[in-house]
Amino acid sequence: MPKVVTDVTCPFCGTLCDDLEVTVSDDNKKILSVRNACAIGAEKFNHTSLPGRVTRPRMRQPDGTFKEISYDEAIDWTANMLVKSKKTLMYGWASTSCQAMSVGHEIAEKVGGVVDNCATVCHGSSLIAIQDVGIPSCTLGEVKNRADRVIFWGCNPAHAHPRHMSRYSIFPRGFFTVKGHKGRKIYCIDCRYTDTARCADKFIQVQQGYDYELLNAFRTAARGEALPDSIGGVPKEKIYEIVAELKEGRFGVIFFGMGLTHSLGRNHNIDIAISFTRDMNDWMKFSIIAMRGHWNVTGSGQVLSWQYGFPYAVDLSRRTKARYQTGETTSVDLLVRNEVEACFNIATDPGAHFPIDAVVSMSKKPTVTVDPHINMSTEISDIHIPVAMVGVETGGCAYRMDNVPIETRKVVDAPDGMLTDVELLTKINARVDQLMGAQ
Amino acid sequence: MKTVTLTVKQAPELYLECENITPDTFAGKKADEIAQLPAYQGKEDTTLGEYFTIAGEAGATAAETQIILKGDCSKMKYIGIKMTAGEVIVNSSTDMYTGGWMKGGKIVVKGDVHSFCGLGMEGGEFLIEGNAGNYLGASYRGDWRGMQGGIIRVKGNVGSDVCTFMNGGELIVEGNADVHIATHAEGGRIVIKGDVNRRVGGQMVKGEVIVFGKIGLMMPGFKYIKDVDLEVDGTKARFAEHIGDLGERHPTRKGEPVYGKIFLKK
Amino acid sequence: MAEYLIKNGHVFDPVQHIKGDKKDIAVKDGKIVETSALSPAAKQIDAKGKSVMAGAMEIHAHVAGPKVNLGRWFRPEDKLFDSHKTPGMTRIEGGKSIPTVFKTGYEYARMGYTFAMEAAMPPLYARHVHEEIHDTPIIDEAALPVFGNNWFMLEYLKNHEIENNAAYVAWILNQTKGYGIKVVNPGGTEAWAWGLNCLSVNDPVPYFDITPAEIITGLIETNEYLGLPHSIHIHGNNLGNPGCYQTTLDTLKLAEGFKAKNNFGRKQVMHQTHLQFHAYGGDNWGNFESKAKEVMDYVNKQDNLTIDTGNVTLDETTTMTADGPFEHHLGGLNHLKWANVDVELETAAGVVPYIYSPDIKVCAIQWAIGLELALYAKDPMRCFITTDHPNAGPFTRYPRIIKWLMSKKARDAQIKAFKYSDKVVAATNIASMDREITLYELAAMTRAGPAASLGLSKDYGGLKPGMNADIAIYNINPDKMPSDPEEIEKAFSGVAYLFKDGKICVKDGTVVDNGNKRTFWVDVKVKANKQVAHDVKEKFLKYYSLNEANYSVPDSYAPHPYVIAVDATQ
Repeated sequence: MPKVVTDVTCPFCGTLCDDLEVTVSDDNKKILSVRNACAIGAEKFNHTSLPGRVTRPRMRQPDGTFKEISYDEAIDWTANMLVKSKKTLMYGWASTSCQAMSVGHEIAEKVGGVVDNCATVCHGSSLIAIQDVGIPSCTLGEVKNRADRVIFWGCNPAHAHPRHMSRYSIFPRGFFTVKGHKGRKIYCIDCRYTDTARCADKFIQVQQGYDYELLNAFRTAARGEALPDSIGGVPKEKIYEIVAELKEGRFGVIFFGMGLTHSLGRNHNIDIAISFTRDMNDWMKFSIIAMRGHWNVTGSGQVLSWQYGFPYAVDLSRRTKARYQTGETTSVDLLVRNEVEACFNIATDPGAHFPIDAVVSMSKKPTVTVDPHINMSTEISDIHIPVAMVGVETGGCAYRMDNVPIETRKVVDAPDGMLTDVELLTKINARVDQLMGAQ
Repeated sequence: MKTVTLTVKQAPELYLECENITPDTFAGKKADEIAQLPAYQGKEDTTLGEYFTIAGEAGATAAETQIILKGDCSKMKYIGIKMTAGEVIVNSSTDMYTGGWMKGGKIVVKGDVHSFCGLGMEGGEFLIEGNAGNYLGASYRGDWRGMQGGIIRVKGNVGSDVCTFMNGGELIVEGNADVHIATHAEGGRIVIKGDVNRRVGGQMVKGEVIVFGKIGLMMPGFKYIKDVDLEVDGTKARFAEHIGDLGERHPTRKGEPVYGKIFLKK
Repeated sequence: MAEYLIKNGHVFDPVQHIKGDKKDIAVKDGKIVETSALSPAAKQIDAKGKSVMAGAMEIHAHVAGPKVNLGRWFRPEDKLFDSHKTPGMTRIEGGKSIPTVFKTGYEYARMGYTFAMEAAMPPLYARHVHEEIHDTPIIDEAALPVFGNNWFMLEYLKNHEIENNAAYVAWILNQTKGYGIKVVNPGGTEAWAWGLNCLSVNDPVPYFDITPAEIITGLIETNEYLGLPHSIHIHGNNLGNPGCYQTTLDTLKLAEGFKAKNNFGRKQVMHQTHLQFHAYGGDNWGNFESKAKEVMDYVNKQDNLTIDTGNVTLDETTTMTADGPFEHHLGGLNHLKWANVDVELETAAGVVPYIYSPDIKVCAIQWAIGLELALYAKDPMRCFITTDHPNAGPFTRYPRIIKWLMSKKARDAQIKAFKYSDKVVAATNIASMDREITLYELAAMTRAGPAASLGLSKDYGGLKPGMNADIAIYNINPDKMPSDPEEIEKAFSGVAYLFKDGKICVKDGTVVDNGNKRTFWVDVKVKANKQVAHDVKEKFLKYYSLNEANYSVPDSYAPHPYVIAVDATQ
């Protein structure tokens, strides 16, 4: 009889829905259906039974084709690469468990790696801003239960975090918000009209690259000062109107994404949005939350922070100290400047996400990619090591976009003989010890 | 003053961490001792002697020590960091953190400098004959205490994130600047003789920025007050004085707010 | 397991009333045993001219969890030029005011500590707290879940439903692997979710309409109903404001008439934490003054109270607390970066860097107040030394605080170094206090006392045979006390030996073994309670943002548990 596993946590995006129900065949080998997930989350589970799934490591041959090798061979090659390289980029981590990250960090500290995660091309700007000005924030349940003014600035949850609006930010009826979306005013501020804007009461179109100026105008308006006629294409009357409307509310929240993190100024855009949030706390309760992308990039930030004190771009290459300087120890900079000798990718796809110069640089260095799937990174690597899918075939701790830790579960068995991230990294760690002991 | 000359004899494979190339570290040492000083590339522990030929000897103190670097130092990081006195003259471009946290003395770079140079500067003189990258004279990430004192002069252009969280000291740029100049500044003075792209004085609490060229767009939080005549770095001219950032908090003196100021040459 | 004979040390053990006598201590199979129980193979440790105490116990520090970690990663400058690796069996360490987990474990162990209590665990984030506890080497740890602003508690106690509240508390301790009942700014932090606060014990909580006084007494009743090893552990309302000592006395007085009910030897019904922050007089920063004497006069009279000091160390540090409104207020005063997280149905946290400068009069007075509390304490078994790490200063400053407590000369030198020395002296009593804490009193204040307060006195805090072999040996000779107080600080900065569970983990200040740290938690059995089960189910369905089944912390997060079973079913 197939069985239904309930309270399953979805290992795709930072919304980290934990109410999925997955029906599994009675031999525990096949996922039959997924309930409650959005289309993206459901597809993550359905991936497990895609035809052509790679179940053993592959090594690139001189003619460019790939040949299957054993896990032991792959582990040995990887360990040798790590021991030999003066400075290795160990990038990714955002789609694996905290337990796996911990083992990975031990390796990095021994071999002189720079541990970086997806924040480096995503919400790193937000982390930098928080390091400069702090952040008034709250858990997603606070938004559900209290928020009556919700702003989506430069983000599009309708596409990127599909269940966010129904679980937390627009529609839920909470303890103090029994009217649901009818008791909330929703604003969408973006350079283009998105599907999220469709769910908003007010859409404000800002000229691309002028969010910093517009937020400066919001702050200036909130303090009752004069403004120029128009800022970033937004008339000053609109700004005063919205600020007044916000102040009539009790609890405001700003959700933001790549529209702020990746337009001109990057961290400064979030910095000033946070400063605006902080200002508004003089009149009402106001919080701000980053729409984290990968389901455990937040977790990588947490583990790196409690072990080394920094949330990403942690340079352990001296092995006796941890250093951090975004712009120097971040992956794209290290690759484009050729400041690393080897690359180890795990649980993300830099080949798809990094600027092309960085990808070209990576392709010229010894590179190992650990990923359940063939992706752009594996195809420029020397070795591709597939592993069990975390959150589906093996469990482990994950952190939601609001830093709440939720356990992911094993729902179905991995294909025979496959290793998990934790097992693979543990073996690499042991082989590194052997090689370094022999030196 | 005694002089130590380091001449690059091989380029590092990656980048060489040269935190020991400072008058303070060299003081009291002879050439062979200096050659033994550690240098680093990732986990490789090496020495200055592996990458430089070293001639001369240092003075007894930092103040009596002059360091001259010859050859291509564009992949050398941390030159002159935390120095308190003495001189460092580099005959090429340098990489990141040149003059970081310097407290005194003088650095001259006859080329460009990369990013994070002059970070958290407290005193001394830093002359850059070429261009500077980003974060010149800025604070270390997260630190609200940025440049405190000293003077940085750039003959070329500067990038972005210039003098973030500046508290004191002076920066003079002969060329142009990109975006985010004096963001979060609470003191200090910046002079830009060329043009600035945008975002001057964002979230500025106090301090002064003087621009001779054009600013692509004035921040909405800055308000024009009046015209003033100023003499800046030897030049007399009329400037439009703007106060701000009005979206930011400001200290008060005798009950009146003290604003940051942008002077734009007319 | 290894046997050791620690010979000829000067033993300070308030449990056995040993005040520095030379006595041998025997260790076997992780326990302290009679010397006669050792075989001839026992290794001899020469403790001649040294002081031997039980491992120290940190009763209140913020060392593991979401706000601690937020403090870490939002302050990269706290690690600038600081991250390093020390010789020994160590990982990279870093963080001046908020150490990384590795540094936390090593530094406590180097100072002779064997236990630390994480002061505030938000139940929704309990998993995170345990992940960090797991990664912290050597020292045993526990964590106190916060209850003072919890929606379930607010509703139960408004109707004085002690049995229901107790069932809920028991459920939380089980779900979160928690140790006891922590109360932070009762009611005020729920008010803060609307930007408000409760600054006195009588200010009602918005909507929930219950006062902090009712919360506190209700939680005392709940704690004694359950018979937990520790008492309620409270950070009272109005922390940090001039004149707050009145609120503190109001808070402490709520414990009058209550008697401790438990099987652990605990005598107090209320532990008031970081009392320094709650002992302020005056009504503005200009006339700010010490009320340490007034507060300690009261504490000294009431033997059902314990306190810890919260000493200011005069460093740049980071404040972090579940007193959300206070942190907002502090950020408004010093204009430094302010981080805040409100936690649904449960609590909040705020983090703000702070510099306690000796050139600022208020900081110097705070420094004095913390020391005065200890110097006024009549019973060192009821007054413990903390810095509310990192709020008043990093825990790594304990040796310096010990120096100030043990040496009037050191205190006087510090007072003289203050920029506004005269004003500080005028606003405090410190300059006229001659008392110097003795090594025996120190052992009470840092070992035996905290152990008793936590209900752990059977196995911890002393050197009696049968107790756990957590032992610290310091290079300080009571027969030849140094005339230079700096030597006191030096001696307590690095132990000659630290034994943890009978294993030598630190030798001459160097970590030689990571030991087998354990997570302490309290498992309370109560009668099945349908009302609470229903309320839990309903609130998860309607108000929480995650499922009830995903709330609890699995056993894998505490792989070496020390579980204290409590039966509250009758």
